[in-house]
Amino acid sequence: MAPDSSAAVLAARPAAAPARGSAMKRFARRRSTIAFLMTLPLITVIGGLVAWPAGYAIYLATLNRRQTAFIGLENFDILLESETFRSVIWQSCFFAITAVLLKALVGFWLAHMLHHIPAKGQKIWRGMLLVPWVIPPALSTLGWWWMFDPSYSSINYLINAIGFPSVPWLGEPWWARISVIIVNVWYGAPFFMIMYLAALKSVPDQLYEAAAIDGATGWQGLRHITLPMMQNIISITVLFSLIVTFANYDIVRVLTNGGPRDLTQVFASYAFQVGVLSGNIPRGAAVSLFMFPLLAIIAYFVLRGVNKRNQEMA
Amino acid sequence: MSATARPSEMVPGLGRRIGSLRSERRWALWTAYISLIIAAVVMLAPPLYMLLTSIKTSAEIADPSGNPWLVLNPTWENYAGIIGNPMFRGFFYNSIILTVCVVVITMVISVLAAFALARMKFFGSQVLATGVFLTYLVPDTLLFIPLYQIVGGLGLLNSIWGLVLVYPTLTVPFCTWIMIGYFASIPKELDEAALIDGANWMQMLTKIFIPVALPGIIAATIFAFTVSWAAFVYPTAFITRPDEMPLTIGVVSQLIRGDTFAWGQLMAGALIAALPPVVVYAFLMDYYIAGLTAGATKG
Amino acid sequence: MAQVSLRKIVKEYEGGVQAVKGIDLEIADHEFVVLVGPSGCGKSTTLRMIAGLEEISAGEIDIGGAVVNDVPPRDRDIAMVFQNYALYPHMSVRENMAFGLMLRKFPKAEIDRRVNEAARILDIGMLLDRKPKALSGGQRQRVAMGRAIVRDPKVFLFDEPLSNLDAKLRVQMRTEIKKVHQTVRTTTIYVTHDQVEAMTLADRVVVMNHGVIEQVGPPQELYHHPRTRFVAGFIGSPAMNFIPAKVVERGNGLVLHLPLGTELAVPEHRVARYKAYAGKTVTFGIRPEHLTDTQNVNKPHVAIFNATPEVLEPMGMETLAHIKLGGAEICARLDPLVAASPGVPLPLAADMNNMHLIDDATGLVI
Repeated sequence: MAPDSSAAVLAARPAAAPARGSAMKRFARRRSTIAFLMTLPLITVIGGLVAWPAGYAIYLATLNRRQTAFIGLENFDILLESETFRSVIWQSCFFAITAVLLKALVGFWLAHMLHHIPAKGQKIWRGMLLVPWVIPPALSTLGWWWMFDPSYSSINYLINAIGFPSVPWLGEPWWARISVIIVNVWYGAPFFMIMYLAALKSVPDQLYEAAAIDGATGWQGLRHITLPMMQNIISITVLFSLIVTFANYDIVRVLTNGGPRDLTQVFASYAFQVGVLSGNIPRGAAVSLFMFPLLAIIAYFVLRGVNKRNQEMA
Repeated sequence: MSATARPSEMVPGLGRRIGSLRSERRWALWTAYISLIIAAVVMLAPPLYMLLTSIKTSAEIADPSGNPWLVLNPTWENYAGIIGNPMFRGFFYNSIILTVCVVVITMVISVLAAFALARMKFFGSQVLATGVFLTYLVPDTLLFIPLYQIVGGLGLLNSIWGLVLVYPTLTVPFCTWIMIGYFASIPKELDEAALIDGANWMQMLTKIFIPVALPGIIAATIFAFTVSWAAFVYPTAFITRPDEMPLTIGVVSQLIRGDTFAWGQLMAGALIAALPPVVVYAFLMDYYIAGLTAGATKG
Repeated sequence: MAQVSLRKIVKEYEGGVQAVKGIDLEIADHEFVVLVGPSGCGKSTTLRMIAGLEEISAGEIDIGGAVVNDVPPRDRDIAMVFQNYALYPHMSVRENMAFGLMLRKFPKAEIDRRVNEAARILDIGMLLDRKPKALSGGQRQRVAMGRAIVRDPKVFLFDEPLSNLDAKLRVQMRTEIKKVHQTVRTTTIYVTHDQVEAMTLADRVVVMNHGVIEQVGPPQELYHHPRTRFVAGFIGSPAMNFIPAKVVERGNGLVLHLPLGTELAVPEHRVARYKAYAGKTVTFGIRPEHLTDTQNVNKPHVAIFNATPEVLEPMGMETLAHIKLGGAEICARLDPLVAASPGVPLPLAADMNNMHLIDDATGLVI
């Protein structure tokens, strides 16, 4: 297979004509060349539009506002000292962790419930429950925004109807944070549900039957069979969702646009505000780069999980 | 069945346990259905409310005394208004051009690369496959600022061609990743048979791999389509001129004018904008879901 | 139609593992040759090198008078039938069979003629418009053969084509393959691990083990005159019995001392052949059908001895008796009417005309 090993054998056996060695190498090289050409567009996209901008971002972040002078880590310093940015860090982490936990729980619960009903009905329910994931989030968040509207809120109408006072959804910082999380959970829980449902279906029924005969209750079956079997897919989904949620922009932009008083800004929206709207590109790049170490750590664990899963399936 | 009936008469406890098993099952089913009904209501309420708003008259929307969940005088005037709006039609047109270009580019790049990575082991192929997966994990909000500079440097800000250039970073890694998985699942003997039958690499790809992995191709195409249709960060950052805006940012930024929100038209516009992915989903749900779950389990 | 020659073929994988260690083989035009051996013996690798699916580490392969080492599979003019059939799932049977011809730009009429002819030979005319998914295992097997036949190649290659079929269908398809070969007469190289397939199909059988050829010959020759202990043990079912024995001179003749004090006389026409081993320990080999009950034994050179069966397996037309003789487990074939029971000693007749002695040091049959 590998050109070098065949070359070694040929070298050890002078009886074989050397001309053929080169012909075989040529064949292997031709295949490599074709393969390389086929992957060239991909390499261009990854290299030119991901790797190069990533490096460029680091360079940008070390420049001054007008991009005329190198100022080292000053942008990072200034950011860390600013009250607003510290609240951005806090809000991003709070938002991502809470939202992902809730999505994971809701998704798991729904997947479980779906798995329990007769197979015939599953498709319709699954179809309905996945709708939030299908609508572009920027657009569905518009709908939520309207539902949270201070004077016309249809949610407050329902809350009033059961005798509670109106909620200042987007006006109060805490309620605004909760609103952002609600919309994100609404949008993302169906994805978790679909992933878990696929994982649940991959657990063979005989295992549950064997466990039931061994005397396991439903809860013990979940605890000792379902969860261990799904462990990997759960962790992959959670980690992946952490990345996406942490870097979320659409929902914050449409729903609160960072307000009130910048208290719902997350990394992405703040980077946008600083970099594009206020025109301080280097500092905006620095804001984005703050996400990088965290994302890198999460990505490492995702990759490990995926590799482990592939080994298990092989 | 008959064997269980007899001992249950002799041992009273057993009969009760069978009965409790049945009621336990019924309970579980009830819990499941109640949970699902509540979930469906919550999940479908926002789009439903958008629909309700979109068929109300402005007067009805502005009346704070009525029940917002009821429509007294359904009307199509918001839809007529939004469709009659040339700017909105422009957004739609831009989105279509943009999405078609991105889907085609994505599929060509992904299928070629996935074929090479799945079948033609070459120097660095393993590293590249891992690199593909890693780029899939890079969120768009991490790189939009340097890309803003790069696209600006190319003079493509405020042009959908700038978006055509950068959207593949959102679609190509995932599509390549799942296509590697689909191609790798094709038995090796099939390409050997094709090789003996006289196919070259290109014929093997177009005559064997693409038709056999068609479900994967469809899933990847759907993914590329929905992602580029819904993309929001890049157009928000790169496009400020309304005539070059695609739907997402166009609806969000241009249909909201000042303080006088035309809520009915806004909701109608958002719903029309959301329609293509929803239609694709409705008709190709199985492929859509296969594509969603493939990322974690394939490749 | 062509002959195939393998000259000093070597396949070495990365890390220096040799799967095929320099084999030589001449296959004549029209011949049906079966490569047989246990899994990992290098038979499939050899076939795949002939097909061009594996690179040849050293040596030469010659098909029809031209060295093909550097020729890609499509230009070698071969056709191959795979174990899992490798039918293109998205094409109908007709398209599957036509695919190779289409890629070679045959005229439409010629393609149709060949496909219909192959379908007629294989009796799959009514399946031509079905997809592989709608076919049974045996039908898929036929289509895979049809795909090979339409190409009218120089050589047919079969890679364990029957091992995915159930036992009954396998026997049926075996006959089918033989019939097809008798019709089209294309040179055929067939790989299998099943020695029954090898015996029934082959003009010549090539027994391989650990990357080398143990013996090449017509089935009967391999059966009656195995050259090595491996071939003796591999060909034949139930397998040949191997018993440690000592060759002892007695008068002008030779006697074998078996475990438990059993003695068997060597026929006088073999004495000269085994003389050199007098006084040495060898392995005595005898097939179960030459180890029988003592009814109707009136041939010369039959040695009678007593043994105690441990297990009896009635097969209907015969009863297999499993006997422990010292450390060796041996098997004898009894007439089902003979009254035998486990644990009860029984006289057995060994037909010494068909005895083999094996030199333990070389593994060669003496």
